[in-house]
Amino acid sequence: MKIRYQPAVPYDPQTTCRIKEEQHGLHPDDIYLKPGRIPHIWCPGCGLGVVLHTYINGLKMAGLQVDQAAVVSGIGCTGRVAGYLDMDTYHTTHGRAIPFATGLALVRPDLAVTVFSGDGDLFAIGGNHFIHAARRNINLKILCVNNFNYGMTGGQAAPTTPVAARTTTTPYGNFEHSFNLPFLAYASGAVYVARWTTFHARHLVTAIAESLTKKGFTFIEVISPCPIGYGRPNKLGSGLDEMKFYRENSLVQNGTDPREADIGLKGKIIVGKFIDQSRPTFDELYTENILSKFKREN
Amino acid sequence: MSIPGILTGEFFINGDEACAEGAIAAGCRFFAGYPITPATEIAERLAKRLPQVQGICLQMEDEIASMAAILGASWGGVKAMTATSGPGFSLMMENIGLGMMTETPCVVVDIMRAGPSTGLPTLVGQADVMQARWGSHGDYGVIALSPSSPQEMFNLTITAFNLSEIYRLPVFVLGDEMVGHMSEKVVIPPPDQIPLVSRKGPTPSASAFLPFMPDEDLIPPMACAGEGFHVHVTGLTHDEQGYPVITSPVHERLVRRLVDKIRLNAAKIIQTEALGLEQAEVVVVAYGCTARAAREAVTRLIQAGEKVGLLRLITLWPFPEEQIQKIARQVKAFIVPEINYGQMAYEVERCAQGRAETVLLPLMGGTIHTPADIIEAVKENL
Repeated sequence: MKIRYQPAVPYDPQTTCRIKEEQHGLHPDDIYLKPGRIPHIWCPGCGLGVVLHTYINGLKMAGLQVDQAAVVSGIGCTGRVAGYLDMDTYHTTHGRAIPFATGLALVRPDLAVTVFSGDGDLFAIGGNHFIHAARRNINLKILCVNNFNYGMTGGQAAPTTPVAARTTTTPYGNFEHSFNLPFLAYASGAVYVARWTTFHARHLVTAIAESLTKKGFTFIEVISPCPIGYGRPNKLGSGLDEMKFYRENSLVQNGTDPREADIGLKGKIIVGKFIDQSRPTFDELYTENILSKFKREN
Repeated sequence: MSIPGILTGEFFINGDEACAEGAIAAGCRFFAGYPITPATEIAERLAKRLPQVQGICLQMEDEIASMAAILGASWGGVKAMTATSGPGFSLMMENIGLGMMTETPCVVVDIMRAGPSTGLPTLVGQADVMQARWGSHGDYGVIALSPSSPQEMFNLTITAFNLSEIYRLPVFVLGDEMVGHMSEKVVIPPPDQIPLVSRKGPTPSASAFLPFMPDEDLIPPMACAGEGFHVHVTGLTHDEQGYPVITSPVHERLVRRLVDKIRLNAAKIIQTEALGLEQAEVVVVAYGCTARAAREAVTRLIQAGEKVGLLRLITLWPFPEEQIQKIARQVKAFIVPEINYGQMAYEVERCAQGRAETVLLPLMGGTIHTPADIIEAVKENL
């Protein structure tokens, strides 16, 4: 057939992001952010900016350069984190960040591969991958930002939405049971399990640094405000109000049995490092038991 | 020259096993898959063979994860493959789209069985060829190869890796159950006689490296993880920097290139085998296991003095449009035997543009055409 194209607009580096890039470098942590990508797309009061910055500080605390790490994300508000970091970052399909990261981490064991994604991405559509990567003890650092709903699509119910909470798809209140993520992670085989809120930024930095330097499948749940998607229908107030709620209602209890870590709509939130244990990673077992049989001199 | 773990010589193996050996010979060092008849033997062979060359073979939790894992491994700088059959191929489609959008080299083998759904798990089909072309949402160019023998399962798996590295996309090897499970002699040449291609990378001095800025061949050089180029790879519409840009001009530019990098290079990619075309008044167009019966039928007819030819499609996608158009000016009819209810026959009919008749010889699956079936159909149209 004949094709009559519409005129194409060629790439012009002068107009793409250059205006925003001029501001780049004014903040010392800009070296961790891609030039021209800030401001981000997240709503006012969202906790994701805090989590992004704690990840940067976690890298620093762990003594890792950006070229020693990579980030893989799924789809959703948290999935967009990858696009802001000035390092090798992979924004994949909905729910599939973990298997993508599995391939990457296995062929590049020298890189600290972090999976950054939300509760819906990791535990609804991607739940099967989570439990299997944990079972295998793949060397992945899972950072799950839990805001109790699907924020990107406008506030629908998630597998973490507490009973009685209102979302756009549970207009009469949610009456499904929700996941207790630390318990799920522990039961699936994670070697490190922690939960913090965005109010606990310093604890979170330490947790991220610990997970980055720990071998195996680690899991950190970050409770994060979503004033637009989740806060408004549940009358939780602004992002600041949610931070105040975390301050007043969080109980720091390191070593808590993950079975006791359920979260309700307005009750106490148990935070802390729950699990820190060791078992051989997939890499170690595969190398020791399989590859070593065929290792040759050269 | 010999490399530890790399086989050379003559082997009596089936098509699935030949495919696995082709992958190893092509430099594949990462396989992720999920057991499925009739492709399981590929995973089994690689589970045994990949560790022998210090590669990784991983049985994932499903085909969705398998496809995602090979994309991740490819961005880690390693040649990667998965293998499946129809139901698994359906599950892979979303991440195949991610591979197309992010221009990730890898190989996806589909040993076709009869569908839809669970269909005939152990029996032959050829009904995934349109799915291979159009299966994931959105527009993109594809390459799909169709082996007719275990030897070609070996050869074309290597070709698939080379094309995936050149054109930066997931390349399909569309085998069928008959070829996958058939055992024949397979010759594996010494490694130095197997031409291999690796993806082009950025030049070391590329300080202003734009990870999705194409060269003149429409293919951008690929910077993998840990190489220091800080590439953002996204399934969102992205500009030449790799940054998400949600606008129609950027989408127009990107998608046009994803299609054109295959469309404009089609002549370099397409392989066909011709028999007796010069004198032909009727031409049989066939691929995969069906081409074996078609070759026998055409050979017998030519020996009997009939003006019949064979065009065997080695490359299914991109489709050899110009070749069909040219033959259509010369012949009365195309006979298209295939184990589906008409898929490639539509392409033949489209390219014939009414100049020659297209006769579909369908089988719904589970059995193959005999040479006699094809001879009869040819004679009705001579």
